[in-house]
Amino acid sequence: MSETPPLLRFKNVWVEYGEKVVLERVNLAIDEGAFISVVGPSGAGKSTFLRLILGQEAPSRGKILLNGAPMQAECGPDRGVVFQRYSVFPHLTVIGNVLFGLECAAAPLLGRLFGARRRAALAEADAMLEAVGLTHARDQYPAQLSGGMQQRLALAQALVKHPRVLLLDEPFGALDPGIRVDMHELVTRLWRDHGLTVVMVTHDIGEAFKLGTRVLAFDKRRHDPHAPHRYGATATYDVPLLRKPGADPIAKSA
Amino acid sequence: MTRLINLRPSRRGRVLAGAIPILILALTYAIFAALRHADNPADKVLPTVGAMGAAAWRMATQVDPVTDQITLVADTLASLTRLGAGLALATVTALTLGLLLGVMPLARAVLGPVIMVIAVIPPIAVLPILFIALGLGEAAKIALIAVGIAPYMTRDLAAHVAGLPAEQFIKAQTLGANSWIVAIRVALPQMMPRLIETLRFSMGPAWVFLIAAEAIASDVGLGYRIFLVRRYLAMDIILPYVAWISLLAICADTLLQWIARRGFPWAHGGER
Repeated sequence: MSETPPLLRFKNVWVEYGEKVVLERVNLAIDEGAFISVVGPSGAGKSTFLRLILGQEAPSRGKILLNGAPMQAECGPDRGVVFQRYSVFPHLTVIGNVLFGLECAAAPLLGRLFGARRRAALAEADAMLEAVGLTHARDQYPAQLSGGMQQRLALAQALVKHPRVLLLDEPFGALDPGIRVDMHELVTRLWRDHGLTVVMVTHDIGEAFKLGTRVLAFDKRRHDPHAPHRYGATATYDVPLLRKPGADPIAKSA
Repeated sequence: MTRLINLRPSRRGRVLAGAIPILILALTYAIFAALRHADNPADKVLPTVGAMGAAAWRMATQVDPVTDQITLVADTLASLTRLGAGLALATVTALTLGLLLGVMPLARAVLGPVIMVIAVIPPIAVLPILFIALGLGEAAKIALIAVGIAPYMTRDLAAHVAGLPAEQFIKAQTLGANSWIVAIRVALPQMMPRLIETLRFSMGPAWVFLIAAEAIASDVGLGYRIFLVRRYLAMDIILPYVAWISLLAICADTLLQWIARRGFPWAHGGER
């Protein structure tokens, strides 16, 4: 892995909002195919870190390189995302939600496909629904689905675009424990089958170690009691795990 | 003892309870009308139910020899045409501007203050300007309705779009959507249920502006008729007309509600 350049590289990245420092001196390299779990207390910049990779926010200092080239600070189809909530469009059916990404790419003017191209896109979307186990809910609206099914849909919607990086922002935080275990299996399978690079923010340490190939803990290294906002957080622990893309997730978690 | 806030009438009880005040009102009116007529058989202020029925029947069936039309039908058609045109104009304006303002922070920065200034002007105050600029014809009346309700609708729709979860806009961009597609495929469809709501709220003011414009300069229309017959103290015509306008308003509201339920099943908890 040392020969090929990393997929993502953070070079001395800072994020500041005026006086307040959120992230400071973040130096990281993320390899292709990694499953990075990001943990840390609330307010330690986990979500800011994710938004940086997503391109929703730009660093105030430093550089982020994607495949060796400076990354544009705007969301694009090379990075997929699943949020804890509001990840799917309520006004589209399940299949419509998955189809959306395909329609955007192929029809930038109307946002809709017709005829043979629509049939091809539908076949692709149906295959994706099959992969996340939502074929039976194909024509329902998100409001009719359970929380777990909505997150499955959000995954399918993101993966149909074949993103380089998949970002998960506490994707299972609102789910029941039993459903959560099912989702862990699903995410592991999709990660392996699609050769994804995943960055997942989570509050659940167990989940972080169960799923990740590497765990990043964000926290503040320094603390000034008179001006707590003047020091930012950074990756204080960087733990590589033995789990490899080919490993069986169930054997590992047992 | 059950608390007052926990007393819930059954379905039949609710219908009955709702009918009581209406019946009391009707009864009170009938008694007072009868009392006045006992004093003075030619009283015009509180016409009896029979007199109103006769007047309404005359307006709704007899052809006016001057205009060659049935008065109530001609008035209703003229008023509904103006109302419909005004609402359509306001809807198109509010939808376009609301989408633009809601989706693009840049447009919000440029147009937001102007729309706010326009929204605080009392529309009736600009009615003379509309009459001077557009003449006394239909255009000024339609413009008054549109000017009266479009700013409110625009701001309401823009606020609704701006209030959609930011996650949806981010997600759409990660799925490859450009600004245009975000506007027409993410924001616009989600505006539609709100548009119906906004229209329902705007119906009341729209009627006010319609009747005001008709009262001042018109030769046909529901508002025109009410203000015309006022000169002869013709309460037997005014009251049925008011009832007719209320009925039209209730029908319009029911229709809009029906459209919202049928057209946007996703917005109602997923029930179909």
